[in-house]
Amino acid sequence: MTDTGIGASVKRVEDQRFLTGNGNYTDDINRPDQSHAWILRSPHAHATLKSVDTSKAEAAEGVIAVLTGADMAADGVGGLPCGWQIHNKDGSPMLEPGHPPLAVDKVRYVGDQVAIVIAETRDAARDGAELIEVDYGVLDAVIDMDGALAGGSLVHDNVPNNRCFDWELGDKNGVDEAFSKADHVVSIDLVNNRLIPNAMEPRAAISEFDRSTGQYTLYTTTQNPHVIRLLMGAFVLQIPEHKLRVIAPDVGGGFGSKIFHYAEEAILTWAAGKVHRPIKWTAERSESFATDAHGRDHETHAELALDKDGAFLGLRVATKANVGAYLSTFGSSVPTYLYATLLAGVYTTPVIYAEVQTVFTNTVPVDAYRGAGRPECTYLLERLVNKAARELGIDPVEIRKKNMIQADQYPYQTPVALQYDCGDIPASFESALKAADYTGFEKRRAASEKDGKLRGIGISTYVEACGIAPSAVAGALGARAGLYESAQVRVHPTGSVTVFTGTHNHGQGHETTFAQLVSESFGIPIEHVEISHGDTDQVQFGMGTYGSRSLAVGGPAILNACNKVIDKAKKIAAHIMEADVSDIEFADGKFTVAGTDKEMAFGEISLAAYVPHNYPIEEIEPGLDENAFYDPLNFSFPGGAHICEVEVDPDTGTTEIVGFTAVDDVGRVVNPMIVAGQVHGGLAQGVGQAILEGCVYDDDGQLLTGSYMDYTMPRADNLPSFSVATQSVMGASNPLEVKGVGEVGAIGSPPAVVNAILDALAPLGVEDISMPTTSQKVWQAIQDSNVRQAAE
Amino acid sequence: MPTVSMTVNGKSVSADVEPRTLLVQYLREHLGMTGTHVGCDTSQCGACVVHVNGESLKSCTMLAAQAEGADVTTIEGLANGDELHPMQEAFRENHGLQCGFCTPGMVMSALDLVQKNPDPSEREVREWLEGNLCRCTGYHNIVKSILAGAQALKG
Repeated sequence: MTDTGIGASVKRVEDQRFLTGNGNYTDDINRPDQSHAWILRSPHAHATLKSVDTSKAEAAEGVIAVLTGADMAADGVGGLPCGWQIHNKDGSPMLEPGHPPLAVDKVRYVGDQVAIVIAETRDAARDGAELIEVDYGVLDAVIDMDGALAGGSLVHDNVPNNRCFDWELGDKNGVDEAFSKADHVVSIDLVNNRLIPNAMEPRAAISEFDRSTGQYTLYTTTQNPHVIRLLMGAFVLQIPEHKLRVIAPDVGGGFGSKIFHYAEEAILTWAAGKVHRPIKWTAERSESFATDAHGRDHETHAELALDKDGAFLGLRVATKANVGAYLSTFGSSVPTYLYATLLAGVYTTPVIYAEVQTVFTNTVPVDAYRGAGRPECTYLLERLVNKAARELGIDPVEIRKKNMIQADQYPYQTPVALQYDCGDIPASFESALKAADYTGFEKRRAASEKDGKLRGIGISTYVEACGIAPSAVAGALGARAGLYESAQVRVHPTGSVTVFTGTHNHGQGHETTFAQLVSESFGIPIEHVEISHGDTDQVQFGMGTYGSRSLAVGGPAILNACNKVIDKAKKIAAHIMEADVSDIEFADGKFTVAGTDKEMAFGEISLAAYVPHNYPIEEIEPGLDENAFYDPLNFSFPGGAHICEVEVDPDTGTTEIVGFTAVDDVGRVVNPMIVAGQVHGGLAQGVGQAILEGCVYDDDGQLLTGSYMDYTMPRADNLPSFSVATQSVMGASNPLEVKGVGEVGAIGSPPAVVNAILDALAPLGVEDISMPTTSQKVWQAIQDSNVRQAAE
Repeated sequence: MPTVSMTVNGKSVSADVEPRTLLVQYLREHLGMTGTHVGCDTSQCGACVVHVNGESLKSCTMLAAQAEGADVTTIEGLANGDELHPMQEAFRENHGLQCGFCTPGMVMSALDLVQKNPDPSEREVREWLEGNLCRCTGYHNIVKSILAGAQALKG
C-alpha cells in the first residue's frame, strides 16, 4: 500500500479550500444578469386559496415577474413525485395525492409555496411579495396523528381519515401464538420526537435557461444531482436529461434533508424559462425550519413476549408515522422498509409482526433524516429491552447477551425480510462494556451521590441496514429507482487521474477517502488523484449520497473501474515489453514481467495509451478511461454498542453527559480519522434528539420551534468528548469489505442516553420519560415521583 | 445610496450600498468575499463571525455603515499564500471540519478566544463556542483543534 492508501488517516484534501474561505457553495455563486427570487409562503396551516392578486407586486419597483400556481398549472407542470410505492395490507397501492410545487387550490402547511416574485434584487423581491394580496379561506388544521385519523379536517379531499397507507410486515398469527405461550409480556408506548435537520447551509438554488441551446441549468443544494434531474425533468417539468444540467457544488451538510426534490428547484427552473434571466433563491433560516423536510415523528405501541428465563419469544409493534402534508421523495419508505425490517435488531426474536399507519397532517413533509427509520427502530427495541430487564429483574447486560445473535449465526435470516450478512455484536458489546468500565459504575454512582447528583448508565446495542441494495430487491419492495452507483476513472496521458463519482460529498470527506482507494489501486500519490462529483454534465450518472451508501456502493464502482484500467494497462504493458499478458504483474505503481527486470511505470503506460505508436491497436482501443456501475449483493449491516453515563442534578433536572463510549463495527476502515469524525457527528445528533431537540407545532399548525432561539441545537457545552472505537468484521457483501458509517452515531445513541437518564432516576421511582429529556421534563418527573411517593 | 469605506484584510475598500445593508452582505455581495457565511437570520449560528477592530463579531449583527472606517479581518485574510495560519492548520490536522460551512466562523471565533485566553481549558473552549453552531462534527474535533491551535500559537 501507499502511505495514502486504505487504512491511512490521510488529512483531507478538501480542507484547504474550506479553511481559507474558498469553498464554493450555491449562495457563493452569482451568474451574469442574475435576478433574485422570494417565495411567498402560506401563513396558514390549512386554507383554500380563494384568490391571489399579484397586480400590485408586478407593478412594484424592481419586480420582473410574479408567478403563481395557476401559471404553473396553465403550463402543464406536474406534481412533485414520491420515489417509493408502498402497498396496503389489502394489497392496494398507497394513496398519492398531488403535490403541486406552487399551491393551486389549497395550502396545506405553514410555509407551503404560494407565489414566486422575481426581481432585480433580493430586497425588491421580498418587498414585492408583501404586495401580493391572497384571500385565504382558513380551514381547521389537523396536527396530531390521532386527530387526523379520527377524520377531522381532510388534508387531501381524496384521502379518507388522512391515512396515506396501512402497511404490515411479518407473521401476525405466529406472533399471536408466541404471545399465547409467553410467561411475560412487556409493553411500552413511545414517541419518537419530530426533529428539524438543520444542516448549517440553508437550501439555495440558481436556475438559468440558455435560449440558444434550449438548455436549463440548476445549481442546487442537493445530495443527489442526478436524482433531481431525473425527478424534476421527467415528472415535473418534462425536460429531457440532455437539456437539463443539475449542479450540486459544495453543499454545507445534508443529513438527509437535501436528498429530496423540493418545490423551489422546480419553480426556479420553470421560471427561468419564462423570464429568460438566471434566478437565485436562498432560504432564510426561518424558511429552512418551516420548509426543509423534518425527521422521525412516530408514535408506537410495542409488546415483547418472553419466557420465564427472559428469552424473547415474539415482538408485536404498531406504529403511527406522520408524513406531513404531502408525500416527500422518500417519505413512504422511511417508516416502512427502513424501519420495520430492522425490528429483530441484534436479537434472535423468532417471530415479529409490525403494522404501520402513515398519516397526513398540516405540517411540513417528514422524510429521511440521519438514520431514517433505523433510529426509530433502535430506540423502540432498546427502551423495550431495558424495560423487560427491569420488570423481570434481569441485568440489562445479561438480558441482551442472552438474546443476542452470536458471531457463528451469520449470515442470519431475520423474520422481517433482511438477512444480516456478517457481524459480531457480542464482541463490540464486550469491548464497549470494558471501555466504559461498566463494572466500576456503582462506585462512580456512589461518588456522585455524595455530591448530591444522580448518576445513571445506559446501554444500546444495535444493528442497522444501509447502502440499500440490490436494486432488484429494492424494486420489489416498491423503490422506483435503482440503487447502484457508477464511477468513471479517467487516467490522463501523464498518469494523473480524475474520478467521476455519482455520489456527492457534503462533509463526508469523499474527495479524500475515494482518492485513497485510487492511490491504493494504482500505487500513485494521492496528489495525482482528483475526485469530481456533483455536476450531471460531467458525471455519467449516479444515485447520490444518503443512507450511508457512498463508500459501500460508490466505492466498489470506483474499485471496479480501477481494475478495468489495470486490466487494459497490463495488455499495453505486455505488448511494449514483449511479454505474455499473463506474465505481467502490477504492484506499487509498476508493471513488471514476472521473472525479469523489465518494468514500466503507471505513467509510462498511460502515455502509451494516449500516444499509441507502439501499441496493440488490433486488440484494444487507445485511451485509458473506464466506467463501472456497481450494484451490491446486499445492504451493509454496521452495528455495535453505545454506552452513556449521565449525572442528573435533582434540583434543576439538568443532565450532564459525563461519559459516552461507542464501539462500532463499520467493516474495513479506509480513513480512521474520517470514520471517527462521522461517528462523533452522528452521536451529537443522537444526543440532540435524546435531550435537546424537539419540533413543536401548535394546534393551529404554527411552528413554535422556528428559529435557533426556540429549537435547541446541540452546542459545544452540551456535549462531552466522545470515546469512539471501531471493532470490525469485514463486510461480506462488497469487494471493499466496507460498511456504512455516516448514520451509526445517530442510530445507536438516543436509547443509550435515555436509558442512562432512567437509570439515574430509577431510585426515585421514575419509570418513563420521553425525548427530548429536557431539564424541565426531568425536573417534572422527579417532582411527580416525589408527590406519588408522598401519597403512598 | 451612501458610500461605505473600510479596511478589509489590509486593503481599503469602498462601495455604495443601501442603508439596510449588513456587514456580512457588504462582504459577500458587494466585495464578493464569500468566505464569510450566513447560516441563520437570528444571530445565533456564528457562521458569519469576522474580526472588527480586532474583536470577533457576528457580521450579521452590524450594519455595513456602522463599520465605516473599521479594520475588518475575514477568513480570507488569515493564510499567508498557501500557508495556513496555525489555527487553520490545527483544524486541518485535527479534522475540525466536515462540510466546511461553519468553519470560517469557528476559526475566527477561536482566534478571538486565544487572544483573550491563550491557554484555555476544554471546558472554556466549549463555553466560548456557545455562539457557534456546527451540525457535522459534534464539536469533538473542533474543540481538539482549538486546543491544539492555542498551543501552536503560544509556541
